[in-house]
Formats: sequence, structure tokens, C-alpha cells
Amino acid sequence: MKPAAFAYHRPASVDEALEILHAHGSDAKPLAGGQSLIPAMNFRLARPGVLVDLNRVTELDFVRRDDRGEIHCGAMTRQRTLEHHTDVIRGAPLLAETMPSVAHAQIRNRGTLGGSAAHADPAAEIPAVLLALDARFIVRGREGTRSVSAERFFTGLFQTALAPGELLVEVVCPPPPPRSGWAFLEVARRHGDYALAGVAAVVTLDERGRCADSRITLLGVGEGPVLAARARKALKGEPPTPAALREAAQAAAAKDVDPPGDIHASSAYRRQLVGVLTRRALAAAFERASAGAGDATKR
Amino acid sequence: MPERYVGARVRRSEDERLLTGRALFVDDVQLDGQLHAAFVRSEHAHGRLRDVDVSAARRRPGVISVITAADLGDYWRPGPLLVPPPPIPGLIFHTCTQVPLVRDKVRHVGEPIAMIVAQSRYVAEDALADVVVDIEPLPAVVDLEAAMAAGAARVHEHLASNLAAHVVQRTGDYDAARAAAHRVIRRRFRYDRGLSAAIENRCVVAQWDARAEELTIWDTTQAPIPIRNGLAARLGLLESQVRVIAPFVGGGFGPKIMMHYPEEVLIPWIAMQLGRPVKWTEDRQENFFATTQERGQVHDAELAVAQDGRILGIRDVFLHDTGAYDPYGLTVPINSQCTLLGPYDVPAYDTEFTAVFTNKPIVTPVRGAGRQHGVFVMERLLDLAARELGLDRLEIRRRNYLSRDRFPYDHHILFQDSAPLVYDSGDYAPALEEAAKLIGYHHFLHEEQPRARAAGRHVGLGIVSYIEGTGIGPYEGARVTVEPSGQVRVATGVGTQGQGHFTAFAQIVADVLAVRIEHVHVVTGDTREFNWGTGTFASRGAVVAGTACHAAATAVRTKVFDLASRLLETPPEGLELVGGAVRVVGSDRSIDLGALAAQANPLRGAVRPGTEPGLEATAYYGPDRGSTASGVHAMIVEVDPETAMVTIQKYVVVHDCGRLINPMLVEGQIHGGVAHGIGNAFYEQLMWDDNGQLQNASLMDYLLPTATEVPPIVIGHRETPSPLSPIGLKGVGEAGCIPTGAAFAQAVEDALADFHVEITEIPLSPDRLFQLLQRTPPQRRNQVIVEGSYVFRLPRAVVWDALQDPAVLVRALPGGMALEQQGEASYHGAMRVGIGPVTAAEFTVRVTLLDREPPQRFAMVVDGHSGLGFTRGTAQVSLEEDAAGTVMRYRAELQVGGRIAGVGQRVLDTAAKLMTRQGLELVHRELAGRRTGEASA
Repeated sequence: MKPAAFAYHRPASVDEALEILHAHGSDAKPLAGGQSLIPAMNFRLARPGVLVDLNRVTELDFVRRDDRGEIHCGAMTRQRTLEHHTDVIRGAPLLAETMPSVAHAQIRNRGTLGGSAAHADPAAEIPAVLLALDARFIVRGREGTRSVSAERFFTGLFQTALAPGELLVEVVCPPPPPRSGWAFLEVARRHGDYALAGVAAVVTLDERGRCADSRITLLGVGEGPVLAARARKALKGEPPTPAALREAAQAAAAKDVDPPGDIHASSAYRRQLVGVLTRRALAAAFERASAGAGDATKR
Repeated sequence: MPERYVGARVRRSEDERLLTGRALFVDDVQLDGQLHAAFVRSEHAHGRLRDVDVSAARRRPGVISVITAADLGDYWRPGPLLVPPPPIPGLIFHTCTQVPLVRDKVRHVGEPIAMIVAQSRYVAEDALADVVVDIEPLPAVVDLEAAMAAGAARVHEHLASNLAAHVVQRTGDYDAARAAAHRVIRRRFRYDRGLSAAIENRCVVAQWDARAEELTIWDTTQAPIPIRNGLAARLGLLESQVRVIAPFVGGGFGPKIMMHYPEEVLIPWIAMQLGRPVKWTEDRQENFFATTQERGQVHDAELAVAQDGRILGIRDVFLHDTGAYDPYGLTVPINSQCTLLGPYDVPAYDTEFTAVFTNKPIVTPVRGAGRQHGVFVMERLLDLAARELGLDRLEIRRRNYLSRDRFPYDHHILFQDSAPLVYDSGDYAPALEEAAKLIGYHHFLHEEQPRARAAGRHVGLGIVSYIEGTGIGPYEGARVTVEPSGQVRVATGVGTQGQGHFTAFAQIVADVLAVRIEHVHVVTGDTREFNWGTGTFASRGAVVAGTACHAAATAVRTKVFDLASRLLETPPEGLELVGGAVRVVGSDRSIDLGALAAQANPLRGAVRPGTEPGLEATAYYGPDRGSTASGVHAMIVEVDPETAMVTIQKYVVVHDCGRLINPMLVEGQIHGGVAHGIGNAFYEQLMWDDNGQLQNASLMDYLLPTATEVPPIVIGHRETPSPLSPIGLKGVGEAGCIPTGAAFAQAVEDALADFHVEITEIPLSPDRLFQLLQRTPPQRRNQVIVEGSYVFRLPRAVVWDALQDPAVLVRALPGGMALEQQGEASYHGAMRVGIGPVTAAEFTVRVTLLDREPPQRFAMVVDGHSGLGFTRGTAQVSLEEDAAGTVMRYRAELQVGGRIAGVGQRVLDTAAKLMTRQGLELVHRELAGRRTGEASA
């Protein structure tokens, strides 16, 4: 389990990294926390000719809250930082709360926000949460910077909107709207394993206590994170009664996904988990929304 | 310093070295000029080896040597039969042992085909891809029942079938018992096991010293002395020319005892050939195939039971998976057969098994060594009987225990060590009562469980008994030396893998010689230090080597008294050992042991005739038969029936391994064993497909329990000394994992009582539990199936013609690069496939169209091969015309092998569906483009 030979670069700035990526084209691979790439290289599944180590690019490691309450996280922000940073806890609490479900503390100490997002593993928690939060992805290339919505960023199985030579540099999470609540739930074989299925839910109530909107995303059950459109539609304008939640969960399980089967869980079992977890996550999210926990300063 | 070390919670002497990183493990050995080996291993489970082309590998810079079976000459020889079967009348056993490198036929995935020796392991692994192996695949023998069916492919073609062994043992009259029974309970049970998964994989380093004519081998073996003896014989050297060192070893659990592994045979040989030291360190991928493992049995068992719950008799017929070879004889299935009887009085026992060759890695004992399977069958039968008879789970066990006055108890069948299955001592009922008390049995049943159920929670309790035959012969030895410094050295032949031998043996010797434990230095696992011994296995290290240490220390004590008696002019009876000195009882006249040791080795003057110099003695201990440890495990679980996830809330072990040397070490063994057992019950499972490919060949998918999955364990110790050993010892190394599966099944079944789920199999994954809850039959995941339909807005004839055209067909292949027609309906080509982090790999492809019925249907077989492994897709395609154009319906089965199979399963389904869809879209686009082109032309 030794990797094939590769050239190694350790740029100090984004500009420098972009130059190297451009020079080597698809043969180059950015190295962030290395928690997926390095094992893949040791299995010789991944054989990049050039590794561009971003760990010295300090300008990518930051968390900042702006005047509008949006949380800006540099792509090299460690997952462990997301878990403990006050601005993230207050401004993007779902992201902070999900972190303990991402592998183990040791892995989160190395693993980064941008690495996980750009890797776009269908069973990863971070892409699903960023999609539920309707985050924006700031992408830089030699030509300039662009902003990509979460829905457009995740394009398929390990696929993103990143073009060769581009780097994800920042993720921006909008603040939770008033009267909103959120929850993250997953079922994994062991704590920290790839989830068999998981759900991130953000719900907002209107003044009358009905569901104004919801963003429910599912992980481990599709080519990438799945935004549950049918469940969203089923909930819209409904009071969050147990029956309404059941119906939305049913819609998610039956219509929003066609889960894959693998050695750990059949398609039918995953479908069942989607239903159960969606119902439970919605219950928790609505409870929070109606209890006023949607005030982002409380936790 | 406690008054006595034996029995005290003495801290482990070895931990300082281990925890500060100063302990030597084999991979720490770095020698000048050391080379590194890697092995080309079979990607196929079964096939004829047609050719191995190593020329490109030999040309690669940095590669020193590439060896195939042909290069080994006379050195190529199957291994010996390590454990011959016991002399059971009528026993059939076919010896088929492993070979160093495959010569003509591969028999399991991962079997070594060629060895590459290079400047570094990196280069050696680079060269693996240079070797071209041509294997003609044969149908793989995977399922036990299918393996025994008429016409099944044969793993060993010189045999008439895949039967490796057949053994029948009988005691009492089962038919009469059955006729007299109130109830006969009959079920089929499946019990599967997995890896040893030691934290340290196997490792061998060999160095030939041409001047001294000595071969030194560092090896992660549990049995250094037999390895030395076997290698010396194989290499034509004197045993004294070969030194095997098993230094600190990071876990053994059984599989580190083989005679020999191919790598153990090849590394010393190539080191001698090249005159340079060579190292091979097994990596985790190799460990899934190259190290032996334990696997499944299928039992058809019945229990004849009286109305009061007494066992009248048991009949059990089972199949045992021995893998591709059977060098370890019948230890595992005989353990299953014997351990099934447990602590119970079984007047009639009729047991029969068939060991079956399969195209899977070799099965040899892994901690528990087949005992789990037997305990599971017995305990499940008792649970079922209790339910049918309306008896309490504890009560049916109480009524069947052998009472303490019945020992020694002879079962009148033979154990794995060829000795009669005789229990030396035991006291079972009090252990059950203690476990019931510690788990809160009655409180749980009458208060907690009803309360939880009323609140909609599903909690359950399991409580089971077991025995373990431990501490078998033939023998171990030890040498104890008092040095002039007053320090004591103890050398023994067993290897050590973390058990705490350094502490336990020192405790025994320190007590006998009345010295401080810090002054006792234990050496294990170096053949230069001790010449005789068999190894660490069968929960016997402490029992057999520990007793030998006791005997050697006792002999030294006699020498101490003899010499001191002369010097102090006091008869030995008037002397005592106190604080590292011999003292005249009731006086202050004494001599330190160190001074006495110096006196025992004078440089001048006369030594009395008949005496030996020094304060040193060597002694051996060889029990006639093993000692029988026993215990009770109990656990409480909560099951979420919606998610099929199980949480263990409480775990209790009451264990009796005779006299305790060190309760802390015993608890450590139990903790590790229970973790191993929990893994076996709920997490770990080797998942083979019908082609003998392992579908979870990494620790990403082979799920070892971690600290978050293992609950705190409450332990109660009981001590029923063994009458066989002068210090009353019984073994404990395997006990913790033996009854866990049975307790887990009972607890989960209890938690799900409302759902009437019956559990007759272990491991029980949540996926399988979900099936049980849904009442769906067991579904073994085997291959990826992609089904669907696609509408071409084109006439059927156009679609049909296009699909026979390689220029179009190539679009249907993921990353298809080129496709050329070869025969009427076969094509050759290449495709580049990569997904996400997987760098696109080039596959050579062969496409064959079959069963063509133009323009309605055809079948297509796509074979692909690359450095990542191989794929075979078989698709049935039909075309129907409708208003929209042509509807294509397809059903494709995808089989994979090699690394893709081992680590790619998680995304295989999604990737296959995605690639099918993309391929069809590309075909459609190509066709639409052509139409547009035609229209505009």
C-alpha cells in the first residue's frame, strides 16, 4: 500500500497554487486534509502525477462573519474548527452540529471544509449540510473568481462544478432565517463510518406556525447530496403535525431517492432509513423552530 | 511489594517499553543493504495459471529479483500438515497443504504467484503492475452446500469431491433419547467468523551471515521454535544454524501460527540466494487474503429434551469451510464439535461434520477457534427449548449443568489434541447466579423491560454459558537463572503477542524465589534463548509455560537451599527465602541470592561431584490433557426496530480460569475477547461473492468494533483451580469472544419479542436484521444489477444496426476509446474509466454479442481488465417499437474482481447505473447526430 511516484508542490498562496494547477492540467490534484486522497493514493486507485499541497496556503484558513450575518469559511478550514468556532456555532449552527458525525476527531483535525466539498462523496455529511444551508461556493481560477450555488456546485458522483485548474477557495453560509430550525441525523454502522443514509433538514415557519419552507437533503442515497424536492413540496404551507411529517418523510423515501444497494445496506433498507430519519429530523427541526431556537445566537 | 505476586493486580512489566516506543517489532528491524519484497497475488479465486510473464518487472530499475514457482526448483514443496487429525475411528481426512508460489492452479484470491524483491517496497509495488499473469478462470467453489453438490467444480482435482474431512463422534444412544423426548427442537444454524485483524500485520525479515553460516529470521510468529525447526529442515541447515526471533508482536489471535506461510518460506530462501537481508511486511490489503482466517459453518442440529427441560440428547450435523487448503488439520471443527457440549450433562451426543474445500483463504484457528460455532448452536437450542417448555432461561441451564461433584467428567469423545474430552474441574451454577445478579436479571425482567416496553422502547437481555478447553499439551519449558547481580532471568520458548507474559511469568518466579518482580527479567520468543517448545495457542501460554516457569523456579530454589545449607551450615529445612536472600529461620544470618549465585560458579577450587555450576534450572511441563475454563456472559441491548440498529447497554462476564495469576491481565484478555466477540456478532463479516471475490477487503468496509462500539464490561472472577497444574491454572486468552454471538442473539430476540423474530445466524448485520424484521428471505449481495429502459427516438432497425456497429457500440462503454470488430459478433478495444478520486485506468475490453434475434433482442458480454482488477458485464437487451420510437429494455449484471471488488463496492451500484445511463445517452447522441448528418447531406 505504497503510492505510485508523484511530484510534490507546496505553494504558499492561492495564486501560486493556481499557476501550478494550470501548468499540470488534469494530472495535478490539490491536497487539502488528505483524508480521502491519501488512502486512495495508497491503494493506487488515485495516481496523480502532481500533488499540490494547500496546507501552507494560510489565506484559505479563516472563518469570518460579515455584517449580514453570513459565515465565510476558507476552504482549508479544518472540520474541527467548524465544530468549535463561535461564529460557526452561532451563524451556521447546523454545520457545527454535524461535525461530530464526520468521522473522528483525529480525522477532523486534518480534514477540511473545502476538501470534503470538492471531493463530493455521496455519503459525506458536509456536502449535504451545505446544500441544506443553501451555501455559496467561491471558486477561483487564473481567469478570476466566480460564485456557485450549492445546487449547481454538486453535479454528480464525486463531481462538482470545479473545472480543471480551478480551486474552491471559500464557502459562504447564509444566516438561518427567523423562526427556523434544523437538525442532522444519520445512521452509520459504527460511529464515524460512511453513513448508510443521513438527513440534514432546515425548516422555516411562517407567522401562523405553518411550514414556510424547508430544505431537506439526503446523503448516502444518490450520486451526490439529494435535495428532497417532493418532501419540500409536501410540507409547504402545512402545520408540522406528526401526520404531515410522516407524509413528507414518505415522499422523501418513495419519490426523492432511488437508493443504491451495497454490502452494508440494500436499497430497500436505505429507503426505510430515509423515511425514518427524515421524519425524526423534521420533528427535531420543527420543534427547534417553534421553540424559537431559530434565533441563531442561542444554542 | 505484595506478600505474594500471584493473584495480585501487578502492573505490566512490558508496558514501559511498549508505551514509550522502545519495544522492537519485526518491522523495526532495519539492516544494512536490506531489500524489500512484494507479492504478485491472484485476482481470481479459481483458475488455471497459464503463464506468468515477469520480464518487464525484471527490467524495472531498482528491481533485484523476481521469482516464480519455476525459479524455486526443488525448494518448491507444499507445506507440512501442522496438526494431524486425532485418531477418531472412521475419520476421513485429505491433506492438501499450501504451496509457496502457485505453479499450475490458483485456489483463492490473493494466493501468491510471484515474489518481487527490490530496493524499496515502493519500487517492488511498482513492479507488481509489470507482471502479466494469464489465468483461465474456473467456476469458483464458494457456498458450502453447493460445494458438496454433485458436479461442483473441485478445488483439488485429484480428489473425488470437495470433501476435505468427515468425522463422526458418538456417545450414548441418541435415537433412544429422541424416542423418549418430550420435545425435539430442530433448526438450521449459521455461524460465520472473520479475521484476526491483529493491529500488526505479519512481517518477516531474514539475514544470512555467510561467514558465521547462520540464518537469522525475525518473524511475527506465535511459534518461533517450530518455525526454526521447519525452516532448518527445508533449507538443509542445522537447527542450530537458524535463529528465529519473534520479538514484540502486535497481536496474534491464532493466525500467526502456521507451518509455514509462503512468505515465511520464501523470504529466508531469497535472503540466502541474494546474500542480502530481505524484509516483507504484509499490508492490510494482503492481510485479507494472505493471512489465515476463520469462517462459517452450517449446522443442522436437534435437541431432544424432557418435559422438565433436561437434555436427553443432541444430534448435530454440520459443514465446515476449511478454505483452499487444510494445513491446520481439524482443530477448528473438532473444537466446535466438543465445545457445543458446554457445561451441560448431555447423555447422548451424535455429532458429524464434513469439512469442505472452497476457493477462499485458508481457515485456521482465530481466537475461539470454532468454539463460538458450537456454543451458539447449544445456547440457541436451549433458548428455543426454554420458550417451548415455558421455562425461564436461567432455569433450563441450571437443570442441565454438570454439578461440581462430577469432575473429572469424561464426555467419551476425542478433543482436538487427540486426548479424551475430559473436564478437569468446574463449578457452573454459582457463576450463573453471579452473572444474573451483576446484570440485574430479575429487576430487568420484572421492572426495566416492562417499563421500557410501555414507553415504546425495545430492550432485551441475553445470558449464556460456555466452557473452553484450554492449556493443552504437548509441553513448554523454561529456564530460570539467578545471576550474580541478584537479578533473575527467565527464558521460555513461547512467543508473546501482548498477553502480559513478561508480567505473569515474572510474578510466578518472583513468588517462588521471594525476589522483587522488578528483578525478574523474562525473555520469550528467541530460539537462541530457549531451544524447546511449541508455541502460543489454545489459551495455553500461562497454563503450560507458566507452570514450566514455576517448575524451573522451584528447581532453582532447591539448588539455592542446597548451596546455602552448606555455606550457612544449616539443614535446608532450617532456611527460608526472604527479600532476595536465604536466611536461617529465626536468625539474622543470611546470604543474598546474588552472592550465592557467585559462589555457585567459582573460578578456582573444586566443585562438588554431582553438582552443576550456577543457580540455574530448566524444567518442562506437559499436561496429559487440557484444563477446562468456563464462564457466563450476559448483556442488555436496545434495538431500534425502525432502523435495525442495536446498542449494547450493559455487558457482564463471570469467568473462571482457575487460579488467577493477575486479575488485571485476565480482565484485559476478557475485554479484548469481548470486543472481538462483539465484532463477530454485529460488525465483522467477510463478504464473498459467488466468484470468490471478497467484497470488503479493507478496514473501510470490514468493520472492526472500536472503543465507541464496545461498552464497559463488568467482570466477576471465580476460581475453581485445575487439579492438573500444581498452581491450579486454566487458560483465558480466547474466552471473551466465545459466547458473545449467542448472548447477542438471545438479547436481540428478547428485545424484539413483539416482532417474533428468531435469530439462528451470526453475524447479524443491521441489513440482515432489517430483512428479518421485514420477513424477507436472506439476500446475499452478490453482483450489481442495472435494469432500466431507454427510449431512442429512432426506428428500431436503425437502433439495431447501430448497436452492432463498433463505432457506435464504443460509445456505450464508459470512457470507450476504441473498438474493433474481431469476429462476427466480437470486438476488441479499450476504455478509460475513472470515478472521482480514482484516476482513470485503461481497461482492455472484449465485447461479445450473443443470442442475437434481429431486430428484437441480443445479449452482450463485456469483459474488461486493468491494473485495478477486472469486470464482466452481462446484459440482456430487447428493442420494441412504439409511438415514440424504440424502447430499449436492459438488465445487466456486473461482476468485478481484484481491487475494484475489494474496495469499490460502496460506489459500484451508483457508478454502474450512472455509466449505463451516460453510455446510452452517448449512443443516442451519436445516432441522432448521424441522422442529422444524413438529413443534411
